[in-house]
Amino acid sequence: MKPLLHIALKSAWNRRLTLGLTLLAITLSVTLLLSVERIRQAARDGFAQSVSGADLIVGARGSPLQLVLYAVFNVGEASNNVGWQSYQAIAADPAVAWSVPLALGDSHRGFPVLGTTPAYFDHYRYGERQPLRFTAGQPFNGLFDAVIGAEVAAKLGYQLGESITLSHGSGPLPGLAHADKPFTVVGILAPTGTPVDRRVHVSLAAIEAIHLDWQGGAPIPGVAIPADMVSKFDLQPKTITAFLLGLHQRSAVFRLQRKIADYRGEPLLAVLPGVALDQLWQTVGVVEKALLGISWLVFAVGLAGLAAVMLASLNERRRELAVLRSVGAGPRHIVFLLVLESLFVTLLGVALSLAVVSVAAWLGGPWLAARFGLSTLPLAVSPGELRLLAGIFAASLLVSLWPAWRAYRLSLADGLIPRL
Amino acid sequence: MSTPALLVRDLEFRWPGDDSFCLRLPNLAVNRKNSLFLYGPSGCGKSTLLNLIGGVLVPQAGHIELLDQPFSQLSASRRDAFRADHLGFIFQQFNLIPYLSVLDNVLLPCRFSAQRAKRVGEPEAEARRLLAALDLDPALLGRPAAELSVGQQQRVAAARALIGQPEILIADEPTSALDAERQAAFVELLLSEARRAGSAVVFVSHDLRLATHFDHSLALAP
Ligand SMILES: Nc1ncnc2c1ncn2[C@@H]1O[C@H](COP(=O)(O)OP(=O)(O)OP(=O)(O)O)[C@@H](O)[C@H]1O
Ligand SMILES: [Mg+2]
Repeated sequence: MKPLLHIALKSAWNRRLTLGLTLLAITLSVTLLLSVERIRQAARDGFAQSVSGADLIVGARGSPLQLVLYAVFNVGEASNNVGWQSYQAIAADPAVAWSVPLALGDSHRGFPVLGTTPAYFDHYRYGERQPLRFTAGQPFNGLFDAVIGAEVAAKLGYQLGESITLSHGSGPLPGLAHADKPFTVVGILAPTGTPVDRRVHVSLAAIEAIHLDWQGGAPIPGVAIPADMVSKFDLQPKTITAFLLGLHQRSAVFRLQRKIADYRGEPLLAVLPGVALDQLWQTVGVVEKALLGISWLVFAVGLAGLAAVMLASLNERRRELAVLRSVGAGPRHIVFLLVLESLFVTLLGVALSLAVVSVAAWLGGPWLAARFGLSTLPLAVSPGELRLLAGIFAASLLVSLWPAWRAYRLSLADGLIPRL
Repeated sequence: MSTPALLVRDLEFRWPGDDSFCLRLPNLAVNRKNSLFLYGPSGCGKSTLLNLIGGVLVPQAGHIELLDQPFSQLSASRRDAFRADHLGFIFQQFNLIPYLSVLDNVLLPCRFSAQRAKRVGEPEAEARRLLAALDLDPALLGRPAAELSVGQQQRVAAARALIGQPEILIADEPTSALDAERQAAFVELLLSEARRAGSAVVFVSHDLRLATHFDHSLALAP
């Protein structure tokens, strides 16, 4: 088979234009397949990594999925708040080991601001139940202290002691600023690969303080309470957005969930994060499957193109194949030659698309993570992708057998003398 | 007494689907280092016979012996290997792989047959010698075969058929694309190189004028 390698390469080079275009089609379609798979995986990993720790997430009654999305992933907004009294009543249940209130709504240069208590830094868990770590500083203590996530620090180049101001509302467009009450960065968290990296954490009292002279989402005209005066006011929050609960015993989770659902004070909802995520995957699963299906179809088009090019080239290659037979090549050599060529094109296409996807993940990953709360796109090939690549390889091997079989028939019919 | 390089007995061949025989040949023998001129009208089965001798087709009856081996009884892949080791072919046209250089085309049999490569020792030097002996301008050696004239292509094909001194050289109307004057010169060059290589020659043509160059000649009945 060795003499054929040299000939296969020269022959392919001789038809480099058509083969090059086929290679492009294969590369693009495999790139599509790999990207869909990788983003899908990153979404799942990112979501699964972010929710470990809390046994229940509690918020105003509504869609469980929506609750998990805004409370954990900074995606979307709460339709209603939770009263402080309700929070205190439920957190006092004997089954509850710890509780962390969450107040959302403000932002800092596009990064969401989270009002919470120092308990957050003790109880929040990500990935394999890892606790949060500080790379510098400590949890907030003073009223206008802030703790920033790793990405906030990296993106904005913040160090300890940096003075920052928060804006009202969220999203990329800056809302009205709370410029009169600046915060000081007192802690920077280590990277987690979760939405925590993108948060600015302040105390609940601070959230209350910056909204003292506000009403209904806008500053009250003519009223301005300076920063050094706010401590004279009652900074106990009246409402929060949601809260996380950790239990002494997981077995109590359903009882407590029911109790929260039956809570008299206001309509509340408690969800098990894992269950809500399953619901998410059921919803998203259909879209995922559709995307993956479309990607496979595109890949099938690419393979059909490859087969068409190989079949079309057979007409001009009949002489070549007859010459090869006259110098001693058997039909199996001819089959080998054609399979080799198709496989070479697909393997090169797969290699190129792996390179494209890796470069794209490297360049675009942070943006995707920021925009959609995905975990950082993996650079390495996952087991799922390996299965995908094996499928691609098997499919192209099958398809390559078709022109090879035709070449086999032709070379048997032609013998040593090519017919017209 | 020299042994036959090629021996055909009671050969019958019919194309699948045809009801009459395309070829019947009771007896044909070519001794080693001898040359045979085979002629017959167009369509009488000359090329078919060469495909049978090359082992690409198998007869329905009779047998073919090459170099004392029961060739037509060998397996298909053994016949392919035998063809690579012991046979050289030149056809009417389209002998060369267009994108390979002249030199690479000539060296093809040495790539497929270790035996032929061993026999020449230095394949590239031998290829250059053969091409020079066949009157090909050395400047053309690195050119792709597609850029040669038809006459040049036939000489390259002859060099390829002869490299590694195959015991049997088979030529299927190699001169029909050349003009009369160059036909004779080509046949002479081919035969002298075949003598040098010690190859038996089977030369097929419908042009009887060429018969005088050969040791024997035979008419193939339609
Ligand atoms: N692949 C094939 N399938 C069926 N019949 C064939 C095939 N090849 C050749 N034939 C038939 O076999 C007969 C002999 O063909 P062949 O090519 O051997 O003739 P030839 O003597 O070489 O003619 P020419 O001098 O024109 O080259 C013809 O009648 C042809 O129709
Ligand atoms: Mg013929």
